[in-house]
Amino acid sequence: MTEFEPVIGLEIHVQLKTRTKMFCGCALSFGEQPNTRTCPVCLGHPGTLPVLNAEAVHFGLMIGLALGCEIGPRSIFHRKNYFYPDLPKGYQISQYDLPLAEHGELAIPGGPTVRITRAHMEEDAAKLVHLGESGRIHGAGESIVDFNRGGTPLVEIVTEPDLRSPADAREFLQLLRTTLKQIGVSDVNMEEGSLRCDANVSVREPGESGLRTKTELKNMNSFRFVERGINAEIERQSQLWRSGEGVSQETLHFDPTSGSLTSLRSKEEVHDYRYFPEPDLVPVVPTPAMIERARDALPELPAARMERFASAYELPPDTAAVLVTWFELGSFYEEALTAGDNGGPTPRVLAGWVTGELVARLREEGLDDPRASKVSPGAMSELVAMVERKALSQSAAKAVLAELTRSGGEPQAIVEQKGLAPIADSGELESIVQRVIEADPGAVEQIRAGKDRAVGAIIGAVMKETKGRADGSEVTRIVREKLGL
Amino acid sequence: MPAELFELTVAEAIEKIETGDLSSGEYFDAYREAAAGDELNAYLWTAEDGGDGDGELRGVPIAVKDIFCTDGIPTTAGSRILEGYEPPYDSTAVRKLRDAGARVLGKTNMDEFAMGSSNENSAYGPVRNPWDLDRVPGGSSGGSAAAVAAGLAPWAIGTDTGGSIRQPAALCGIVGLKPTYGSVSRYGMVAFASSLDQCGPLTRDVTDAALLFRHLVGRDACDSTSLEPQGEVELPRRTDLRGLRFGVPAELSSEAEGVEPGVSQVFEQTLRRIEELGGTVEQTKLPHAAHGISAYYVLAPAEASSNLARFDGVRYGLRAGNGDLLTMYEETRAQGFGDEVKRRIMLGTFALSAGYYDAYYGRAQRVRTKIADDFRAAFESFDFLVTPTSPSVAFRLGARTDDPLAMYMSDYCTVPMSLAGVPAISIPAGLSDGLPVGFQIAGPPFSESAMLDAAHALERSIGFELAPTGIDVDD
Repeated sequence: MTEFEPVIGLEIHVQLKTRTKMFCGCALSFGEQPNTRTCPVCLGHPGTLPVLNAEAVHFGLMIGLALGCEIGPRSIFHRKNYFYPDLPKGYQISQYDLPLAEHGELAIPGGPTVRITRAHMEEDAAKLVHLGESGRIHGAGESIVDFNRGGTPLVEIVTEPDLRSPADAREFLQLLRTTLKQIGVSDVNMEEGSLRCDANVSVREPGESGLRTKTELKNMNSFRFVERGINAEIERQSQLWRSGEGVSQETLHFDPTSGSLTSLRSKEEVHDYRYFPEPDLVPVVPTPAMIERARDALPELPAARMERFASAYELPPDTAAVLVTWFELGSFYEEALTAGDNGGPTPRVLAGWVTGELVARLREEGLDDPRASKVSPGAMSELVAMVERKALSQSAAKAVLAELTRSGGEPQAIVEQKGLAPIADSGELESIVQRVIEADPGAVEQIRAGKDRAVGAIIGAVMKETKGRADGSEVTRIVREKLGL
Repeated sequence: MPAELFELTVAEAIEKIETGDLSSGEYFDAYREAAAGDELNAYLWTAEDGGDGDGELRGVPIAVKDIFCTDGIPTTAGSRILEGYEPPYDSTAVRKLRDAGARVLGKTNMDEFAMGSSNENSAYGPVRNPWDLDRVPGGSSGGSAAAVAAGLAPWAIGTDTGGSIRQPAALCGIVGLKPTYGSVSRYGMVAFASSLDQCGPLTRDVTDAALLFRHLVGRDACDSTSLEPQGEVELPRRTDLRGLRFGVPAELSSEAEGVEPGVSQVFEQTLRRIEELGGTVEQTKLPHAAHGISAYYVLAPAEASSNLARFDGVRYGLRAGNGDLLTMYEETRAQGFGDEVKRRIMLGTFALSAGYYDAYYGRAQRVRTKIADDFRAAFESFDFLVTPTSPSVAFRLGARTDDPLAMYMSDYCTVPMSLAGVPAISIPAGLSDGLPVGFQIAGPPFSESAMLDAAHALERSIGFELAPTGIDVDD
């Protein structure tokens, strides 16, 4: 059976967190009462005209530069014409053949480099609420419009079809999100829609150079859904090619609950948007000063951070990649490093703990930002330092971290309160081992009969007896010694 | 009420108000009563009282084309689809006039969405020409022009996209100025063709046009295409034309096809008058101007098809249909728009369609550029270009309604200036068969002050008497 190679390109919409909307003076909306953040302009009243938001251009330039794009010397807005109740003017003001920025790239640490086709500015549509069971406009008893969101500035980022797996697509999206968050232009929250991702997907046989018919996937509002949706589409297309039916161009809607894809429109139904230059706006001609200001506003970007983490802290690439891709985690890590001023943890060891145990705890708690948990960078630093100077065993440290993430506090206090200090006295440890061996003659017999595996049972019993306070390697050494192994 | 009051130009009335010979309230009320008794169908709405008016314009009344949004005052743009619509804001032009102390007297009738040259495309019935009630006043600012000509308003504002101020001014025997594109804010003007629409005055004489223009001009933060004015608008003083060079583009003058002999005659007389006043007159060429109408009727409908998409029944104005989305769109627009508007939406939609864009919209844009280049070249040799404003005098109601192309040709001489974005003024130059003939003067961008000055000298020499014969003005 032929294994097909997926070819994936992404189109990402980013809501900018400017103070006001793209073309009018209304403040952006964050869950206000419907239709309270509106004015004649964003309601599309007759006679109103758009005026471009300078801050949106600044943010757009920052995005363009962060993605290594060339800034268009003269970019213009077009009208994209179509009828829909969430589009008050009957057209969306968007950029078309002369975007703000193009020809960039973003390299996934340890992965492929994805070329950025373009980044352009446009306005968001309003929000439709369909009353009725379907939740879609078809079959809705009534639909109501909230124009608060209408006119929110967007930047649309389009990639070349450079991604070759759903996992890479997810990773790219995470890196892009990190980058955007880092430069501070957007809340980049997929669930809330400030970051939205569509995917163009096709498949081909390995070695094939051309591109086959692609489909467009919409409505994947989490990183997981992006990966799952693309996976499902690759599977669907592969089967269509295998059966000889072939793929036809269409737009698909991904339903995360069922995991299924339903067709929104086929090629025949593709809109003719009748693009033409927006006569109400003048061209955007970024001056060198504007570009300089945007460049100055950029913080350290993931690629630079990756390099710095790798060289300054001697982190293995995999670990550095996690800290770079998960921006908040990387910042937490650096804060923890500097918090341990007198004999703090080794950067490499701390990184292992942060990307391992801490991430596991955060996932359990469902947290995106370590700062939202109870554990402070100082506590994290202290905890790892204690392990390193053998003031705490690995397993006891894990228990302390769990407590820290749940309730906060200082590692030392928790150790004392829970009696987790290591058994430093080897005499004490030896007598515990002796006791455990005597208590389980069966196991000892098995070991003597050559079943080496049973050693583990003895060690486990010792660890249990010491509540993890004993150093694992020390326990092993004593057990083996006592059994004459 | 003394009939002499209606003889005053606004500049004269302001002077009398300032000297105490006339009260602002008396002046306003006289016009309010006149407007209320409108028999030309020039008004779609008239004021009960004008509110307060303080400032340089001393509370004088002004008629406003119903395309300008007026806060809380019905604004229909001559369309059924906006029946009952009351905008939540004032257009910049109206706000500036109010700020300067003018009071809105009424909203004037117009061709629906400014699409027309006879005012017969209004959903609220045609306007009649005060010189002959069986004839059209021109369009699309027909209500404004007829009201000023008939003494139902001392002055008015209108909009000009391809001739909609100049042509009705010519057909009604008054002055109409289309300023340089970008010199007056378009904010609050219901958009027809955004890259061409421009607000301007319709007045009894050139001085009033200058006075009104002075209060309209200026960059507006709400209109990105508006521009900072170049110096103060001067009130005209000139009495001769010495040292001024006037070019007569062959393509748009007496030689052009379709220009009535009577119009040609008045035009030629006016050229001789220019020479008498010390100006020079020479033939010149605008090689691409003859293609102006063709380009215009691609570009303007294309922009209109998009500008009119917002009238969908969702937020304001007419909503028809049975509650289903598609039916609502279809029924609302089918019932709300008139034939000419529908024709232009279809033309424009077609011109912008994938596969036709380059052949129509793209090519029309290139023609537009050529025409602008023609003007630029001509203005290197001439201070002004002059043409008849309209190839014909006011035509009979219904005469061109079945022939859109004949109607479109009404703007043959005015469209090229709109495409080039240059200012142009129409002044009444004489009569042909008892009907007014307009004379058009076009200048380089932002040459309004000089243009008004020249027009003033010519106006003074012509001595046109605004005495419309179709109505009894002393009644």
